[in-house]
Amino acid sequence: MKALSQKRRHPLAVIALLVMGLLLTGVLYSVASTANQAKADTGFSATDVSEGQKLFVANCATCHGMNGQGSASGPSLVGVGAAAVDFQVGTGRMPMQMQGPQAYRKPPQFNADQTRQLAAFVATLGAGPSLPDEAMLDGKGDATHGGELFRVNCAMCHNAAAAGGALTRGKFAPSLAGVEAKHIYEAMETGPQNMPVFSDANISPEGKRDIVTFLKTIESQGSPGGADLGSLGPVSEGLFMWVAGLGVIIAFTIWLTSRTS
Amino acid sequence: MSNAAPTYQPPTKVGRIADFVDQRTGLSAVTREFGRKVFPDHWSFMFGEVALYSFVILLLSGTFLTFFFDPSMAETHYNGAFVPMRGMEMSVAYQSSLHISFEVRGGLFMRQLHHWAALLFVASMSVHMLRVFFTGAFRKPREINWVIGGVLLIMGMAEGFTGYSLPDDLLSGNGLRIIDGVIKSIPVIGTWISFFLFGGEFPGSAIIGRLYVLHILLIPALILGLVALHLIFVVVHKHTQYPGPGRNDRNVVGYPLGPVYAAKAGGFFFIVFGVLAAIAAMFTINPIWNYGPYDPSPVSAGTQPDWYIGWVDGALRLMPGVIGDVEGYRQHFEFLIFGQTLTLNVLLPALVPAGIVFTVLFTYPWIERWITKDNREHHVLDRPRNAPTRTAIGMAGFTFYCVMWAAAASDLIATHFHVALNDVTYWLRALFFLGPILAFTVTKRIALGLQRKDREIALHGRETGRIVRLPHGEFIEVHAPLSAYKRYRLVSFESPEVLPAQPNAKGVVDRKERRRAALSKWFFEDRVAPVSPAELEAAHAHGHHEAIESAPSGH
Repeated sequence: MKALSQKRRHPLAVIALLVMGLLLTGVLYSVASTANQAKADTGFSATDVSEGQKLFVANCATCHGMNGQGSASGPSLVGVGAAAVDFQVGTGRMPMQMQGPQAYRKPPQFNADQTRQLAAFVATLGAGPSLPDEAMLDGKGDATHGGELFRVNCAMCHNAAAAGGALTRGKFAPSLAGVEAKHIYEAMETGPQNMPVFSDANISPEGKRDIVTFLKTIESQGSPGGADLGSLGPVSEGLFMWVAGLGVIIAFTIWLTSRTS
Repeated sequence: MSNAAPTYQPPTKVGRIADFVDQRTGLSAVTREFGRKVFPDHWSFMFGEVALYSFVILLLSGTFLTFFFDPSMAETHYNGAFVPMRGMEMSVAYQSSLHISFEVRGGLFMRQLHHWAALLFVASMSVHMLRVFFTGAFRKPREINWVIGGVLLIMGMAEGFTGYSLPDDLLSGNGLRIIDGVIKSIPVIGTWISFFLFGGEFPGSAIIGRLYVLHILLIPALILGLVALHLIFVVVHKHTQYPGPGRNDRNVVGYPLGPVYAAKAGGFFFIVFGVLAAIAAMFTINPIWNYGPYDPSPVSAGTQPDWYIGWVDGALRLMPGVIGDVEGYRQHFEFLIFGQTLTLNVLLPALVPAGIVFTVLFTYPWIERWITKDNREHHVLDRPRNAPTRTAIGMAGFTFYCVMWAAAASDLIATHFHVALNDVTYWLRALFFLGPILAFTVTKRIALGLQRKDREIALHGRETGRIVRLPHGEFIEVHAPLSAYKRYRLVSFESPEVLPAQPNAKGVVDRKERRRAALSKWFFEDRVAPVSPAELEAAHAHGHHEAIESAPSGH
C-alpha cells in the first residue's frame, strides 16, 4: 500500500487511472449490454455453421445478400440472432412466398435440422438473441401474472383472447392459437414482422415465461361456455344471433303460420 | 253477472270453481272479448311476439342473476376457480360475475341465456320495425304506436348497454370509456355531465352501481310500461293484414285468438325459449374471463360493443381526425374556443348519424301523411313493391345503418377477408355518403320492375315455358291463366298519383304547399298503374297479347 501511495504523484499515474477507469467502464458496460444478447455459443458445431451457410446461399441470399448483409429486397441479418431464424423459418414465414405487407405463416420449408443449421450460420454474422432456454418454455410460470402482462403489452394487437387483430395497411397481428411456446418466446425477443421487440429489459425472461404459461393455459382449458365462435367478441356473437338465431326463429314462424292446404 | 248466479248451478267441480272466479272477477266477458279477437296469419307478423318473449326470458334470467351479482366497485383479490385469474386484483362486480360463471350452479348458462336473449330482443324489435315500415303499417291510425315502438328500440339499446357494462371487465370498461369520451365532447356541459355520471373522473367507483339501478329497475319498468301501451294499441287498432280477396280496411281476416292462436302463441313462447336455451347451452357469449378485470391502460384488439350499439361505434371509427392535405392545408376538427375544446371529430359521428336516423324514424309517418294528404285509416298493408319510393327510402336508411354497422367490424373485415384496414375504412367512408343514394335508386328500380312483372302476369297469365307450334306455323308460348284469387293480389292495390299544389282557404298556393307538391312529384312520379278492369277485359277478350302490348304501363 505504501508503494502505491508513494507513486500516486507519478506522471504516469493519471494515465494508469484513466486506463483503469476506462477498462472498468468497458467491462461493466459489456456485462450490462450483453444481458439482452446472447451467448452465441449455444452448442452449434462448425459443421452446423458450414451446412447452414450452404443452405443460406441457396435459399436466402437472393434477398438477404450472400453474407446476410441485406439488399433492396430484404433486410440485413447481421445481429438478428439464432432466435429470429428459428422463428421465421420454423413457422414457415421465411422463405417468404411473396413481398407484401407481412409474411404469412405457412408449412415450414426446412426441417428441424436445416432450421438449426441456418440459425447457426446467421448467429455467426453478429451477436443476437439466441435460442430460448428450455426452462423458460415449460409453461409452469405464473399464469395470472402472464395474463396481466399479456393484456397490458400484447392484447391491443393480438386481442385479449389471443385471437389476433388488424393493423394498418394490410398488416395484422396473427392469432396465437396453436403457436409453439418457443416461437412465442422468440417472437417477443426478436419482434418479427410488424411486432415490436420486447427485450429482456422490457419483459424479463420470467415474465415471458409467465406469458407463455398464460397462453398455454387458456389454450388448454378450452372454452368453458361452449363453442367460442372464434373468440372474436361481440361481432361474431351478433352475426351468429342474426344469422343462426333469427334464422331458426324465422323457420319456426313460417312453420307456425303455414296452413295445411 | 251477480243476478245470474243463483239460477245457474254448474254440474262439475271445475265448473263450480270457474263460476266462483267469474262471479267475482267477471273474467268470462274479458275472455269472450279477447278470445274472439282475430289475428291474421303471416310469419312476418311474429317478430313483435319474438321480442316480447325474449323480454320475458330476460326478466326471468335477469332475476336469477341479481341473486348472485354484486355491483360493487370495491377492490378485492380473486380467489375462485378460474386459475389464470387467481390472486388478481379486481372489482367485486367482476369477481361476482366470475363467481356466477364458474361457481354458481347453472350460473354460466343463465348469464349466456340472458345475454343471447338480449341480442335476440333487440334484433327481433328491429326486424319487427322494418316489417312495419316496409308494409306501411305505421300509417293512420298507428302513428303513435310507431313512435312507441321507436322509443322501445332506444330503451332496448339503453338496457343492453347498461347490462353490457355491469361485469366490469376490460371489454365493457373500454365501451364505457368511449361513452365517457362522447359525453365529454359535448361543448361546455360535457365535462360536468361526465363527472356527475361517474361520480368524479372516469372510471371512479360509482358507475357500476348506478348502471345497475338503471338496468334492473328504471329501464325495465319503462320497457314494461311501453310494451303494455304498445299492446293496448294493437288491441284498439286491431291487427293489420296483407291485401287479399275479402280483406279490406273494415275487417280482419284470420284466426280468433282462442283457441288456435292462443295455443300457437303460447307454444311459440316455448319455442323461442327453447331456441335461446339451446344457443346458451352450446355457444359462448361475452367470455368475460378472457378479457380480464377493467384497467384503464390496456385496450384489446377487436373491442366492439354488442351489435345494436355497433353502428354508433362504426360512425366514430369512420370519422377522420383531419382531412385533406392540399398544398399543406389540412382541415382539423378540433377547435379551441374561449379556452374550451370543441372536438367535432367525436361529437359529429357520435350524435349526428344517430340523430338523423331517429329523427327520420320518428317523423316519417307525418312526413308521408303530409306529402300524400292521405287522412284515411289504413288496415290493409302495402306490399313493399307497391310503394316504390317509400321502400327505396327505407332501403336507403337501412344501407346507411349497415355501412356504419360494418364499420364497427372494420378490423375483423380486414383480417378475415385479407384486405387492408385503411382500404376498408376508405370504402366505407365513400359508401357512407353514396350507399344510401345507390340503395335508393336500385331499390326503386327493382320495385317498379316487380310491379311491371305483376302487371304482365295479371294480364297474360304465368309463363309456362311450353312452346307450341300452331297449324299455320306460328310459335307461341302458352300462358297459364291466373286464378281470380291469385290475380286479386296483383291488381288491387292503391297507387297514389302526384298531387299537385292545392290552393289554401284563401285561394293562395303558398310556398309550403309548393314544396309539398314537389315532394309529391318526387314520390309518385314514377308509377306503374295497377291493371284496370277494362285492361283485364281487353286482355281476356283477345286471349292474345298483342292487343295489350300497346296499353299504357305507367307514364
